[in-house]
Amino acid sequence: MDWSLLIPEYILAGWAAMVVSLDLFWGRLRKEQLAYVAAAGALIATLVSLIWVNDSASFGNLLQVDNYATFFRIFFGLIAFFICLASAQYVKDRLLHPGEYYALILLTVIGGTYMAAAKELLTAYISLELLSFSLYVLTSYAKFDLKSNEAGLKFMLLGAFSSAIFLYGMSLVYGVTKTTSFAGIASALSGDTSSIAFALLLGIVLMIAGLGFKVAAVPFHMWTPDAYEGAPLPITAFISAISKAAGFALFLKLFGQAMLPMADDWRWIIAGLSAATMVLGNLVATQQHNIKRLLAYSSIGQVGFMLMGIAALTPHGPSDPASALLLHLAGYVITNLAAFVCVIVYYNQTGKDEIADFGGLAERAPFLALCLTIALFSLAGMPLFAGFATKFILFQAAAQQDLLWLSSIAVFMSLVSLYYYLGIIKQMYLVEPLEKARLPVPRMEYAVVAVLIVGVLLVGLYPQPLFNGVEDATSALFQVTQAAAAAGVGP
Amino acid sequence: MDSGWLLFATIAVPLTTALIIMTIPSTYKQQVRWVATAAGFTMFVLSVIIFVLYNYKEGGLQFDLRLCWLENVAFLGKDGITLHLAVDGISVPLVLLTGIVIFCGCLISWNIKYRNKDFFILLMLLVSGVFGVFESADLFFFFFFYELAVLPMYLLIGVWGASTDFGTYVRTKEYGAMKLTLYLVAGSALVFIGIFATFVEAGKGTFDLPVLGQVTYSETFQKTFYPFFMLGFGVLAGLWPFHTWSPDGHVAAPTAVSMLHAGVLMKLGAYGILRVGMSLFPEGAEFWAPALLVLGTTGALYGAISAMAQRDLKYVVAYSSVSHMGYVLMGLATLNPIGVNGAVLQMFAHGVMTALFFAMVGAIYDQARVREIWTFGGLTQRMPRFVAFFAIAGLSSLGLPGLAGFIAEFNIFAGLFKTYPLFGALGILTAAITAVYILRLLAAAFFGPLNEKWAHLKEMRLLEQVAGAILIVFIVFMGVWPAPFVDRIAQSVLALPGIG
Repeated sequence: MDWSLLIPEYILAGWAAMVVSLDLFWGRLRKEQLAYVAAAGALIATLVSLIWVNDSASFGNLLQVDNYATFFRIFFGLIAFFICLASAQYVKDRLLHPGEYYALILLTVIGGTYMAAAKELLTAYISLELLSFSLYVLTSYAKFDLKSNEAGLKFMLLGAFSSAIFLYGMSLVYGVTKTTSFAGIASALSGDTSSIAFALLLGIVLMIAGLGFKVAAVPFHMWTPDAYEGAPLPITAFISAISKAAGFALFLKLFGQAMLPMADDWRWIIAGLSAATMVLGNLVATQQHNIKRLLAYSSIGQVGFMLMGIAALTPHGPSDPASALLLHLAGYVITNLAAFVCVIVYYNQTGKDEIADFGGLAERAPFLALCLTIALFSLAGMPLFAGFATKFILFQAAAQQDLLWLSSIAVFMSLVSLYYYLGIIKQMYLVEPLEKARLPVPRMEYAVVAVLIVGVLLVGLYPQPLFNGVEDATSALFQVTQAAAAAGVGP
Repeated sequence: MDSGWLLFATIAVPLTTALIIMTIPSTYKQQVRWVATAAGFTMFVLSVIIFVLYNYKEGGLQFDLRLCWLENVAFLGKDGITLHLAVDGISVPLVLLTGIVIFCGCLISWNIKYRNKDFFILLMLLVSGVFGVFESADLFFFFFFYELAVLPMYLLIGVWGASTDFGTYVRTKEYGAMKLTLYLVAGSALVFIGIFATFVEAGKGTFDLPVLGQVTYSETFQKTFYPFFMLGFGVLAGLWPFHTWSPDGHVAAPTAVSMLHAGVLMKLGAYGILRVGMSLFPEGAEFWAPALLVLGTTGALYGAISAMAQRDLKYVVAYSSVSHMGYVLMGLATLNPIGVNGAVLQMFAHGVMTALFFAMVGAIYDQARVREIWTFGGLTQRMPRFVAFFAIAGLSSLGLPGLAGFIAEFNIFAGLFKTYPLFGALGILTAAITAVYILRLLAAAFFGPLNEKWAHLKEMRLLEQVAGAILIVFIVFMGVWPAPFVDRIAQSVLALPGIG
């Protein structure tokens, strides 16, 4: 076994331990400086993970470190980097025990990365639990806030329940295919499956349900609004980014590699889920008056769009929808982080998070209002910004695979989403501010928002570099499948 | 060809200007105005150059420019998505129109004091979208720019617009802005679906319009998906019964935005039907032509009758836009060269005319702060130039020979009589109704004894006069010497499939 394959995770884990000890032993260290230390760790791990670009190596048949894993290592590392920076002020003002807070963020990244790198079911499951447990704790981190406690409890109970369902699905699949490795399952499914069809289908459905919970697909989304509302704001942003991205990393790997030969059986289930998710998420979002809940429902709607990428996978041409999905995922995460950081900055200054509280923000903090507007327009899929290009390519990829009806629903749901995003924009630009005083935007947050907005514009106007990266990632993903199909032996 | 960069410049100039204005501190209002107006003037000059340089003897797509934007996408062909800019004889007059209206719009907007920096940034975004649509020969970018033109509308109307008080109820600007945005985006959602379907059906792996145009689509497919384009673009073109955003939105909008929106953006809709719907799906267009004809005629008549019932000056103009866009759709529905020719001419004629209308309405509203027709009277004694300008717009609108409207309407009616004589008669009836409401309006508001209440009004500002004069030059130019327009348009209309 080549232990050096896991260097970025050693760094992250070591760094997490270091952050905790720093907090413990060096009491004089200013609390917000821990954020910068943790962010530096995330950034270093991200840079180190670039070593494995265009390389593919297996770690004891448990993990595959290839371009797909590297893509997500970079992706999650950057998410943690931005979240740490965006947390600094918030944690200092409102939370206790910053050491553990930042350490947990770094550990979550390890969980997420291994979900993307796993090449067999149990490793995937354990990584999923590492991610989930870190997030449960982080959600209830505001210890004296009842809402935060409630959110953490709800999240954990439902999470444990869904993990059990996921495990049960796994056990069924393992039972009929006699292997937990993705490649092994794929080759077992390429053969004659008629004798095991029912157990297999049941297993797949249960696994979809388990993963559906993690990514918050309807009807497994019930935890999302409460967890989003109760969790400390930076953690809400973190969940909306990493929980979804890691969920989709595993979803794509599991269904793009292991289950791909049976795609015709499960595609329609996922297409149905996707339609339900986007319709419910977007329609309910129109009724929200708290910005966290609104972003929660809008993120559910976005999950509906992303599920299209899974539903469009077919054994014949799997890589387009997968690339489109990753592209949209990246665009969505950048945009959503930008939106959340704007909300965090506003909340830090005022302690308010109702949409009505954003009245007249354009007068009080023009830069912040502009950035939030750009982020919201991007989420709605307007041109110049990331959302337009990524949605267009994703919807097109789905339409290409007989899912024109789903693309049509998606297009109309984008319209609905524009309506409620405009509601926020209306508050910021059209409503007179209650207080005239200008809101100062701290320099660090200013820079974070600016960098994210530049990212949104870059993806929107020149997606080629990102697309190349995504293509590398997905081609690594499907090399395995093709190899398995070539060696295809029945059970 | 290097001349393709001319087209690129028309899109790049407003976008760059938006960035430049962004860096000017918001207290430097005068500098913002100068920069915006300089950009407007540059676009105007560029569009005139493009119009003049377009070689109508050759016809076809000219000023070709391709910039690869995204390649190596598996389901797209080797060209991926390309920013393909080119204009033909149909788009060239519309590019010119955009240049004229944006320049005049910038001049008119000098009196905006509240956050004029943001206003001009959004206006520049809007106009870059409009140029982009007229110049794109690639469906992806066509749609990209189409949405870009819708994007700034909400804020432009919401922040700088005005609510209308009807006594018993108030049509707020927020209402108008939201209605307009949602209608237009709903329309573009239909277009979006149509684009997906076309791309998949063609199977060419490209969004390039000339390539997609060479594919023969099955008849069922054409019949199924043509309506997506017809209705989707039709919403923006004020197609009855989806026109209701237009009066509310245009009335709520600030003057320059009304000018651009009614003058140019509504043409995007009609242009989309022609460029995408009719040129890709000739059989679909033929099948649905009666529907387009009936809806267009209803819109023309309904708009004219509604205009007659309005008491608010701006609502009259807004409904007359619906009515005139009805002519355009009628012209398109004839599917014969002369009718379609007339439709394109009408797009230009209506564009300059309605821009002049809205500019004048803005000029009077700025001073009087009301637009109620019947409270005015005898304004010609106080603001003779204003009345003259308004009257010219009105006369062009009712189709007086020698002005732009006549040439366009004449062609449309000639085309209609060739194929659908009954609808030709209805078209003429509409023109008659137009004459009634325009002349009645002129008489009531501007002539007759002076209402003492308005004795304090002064002649409109110099910049408004300049803007109005520029528009009038083009109205008269096209009315007296339509050849440059007809030469360019006719060639390209004849080249469309299914026209003849």
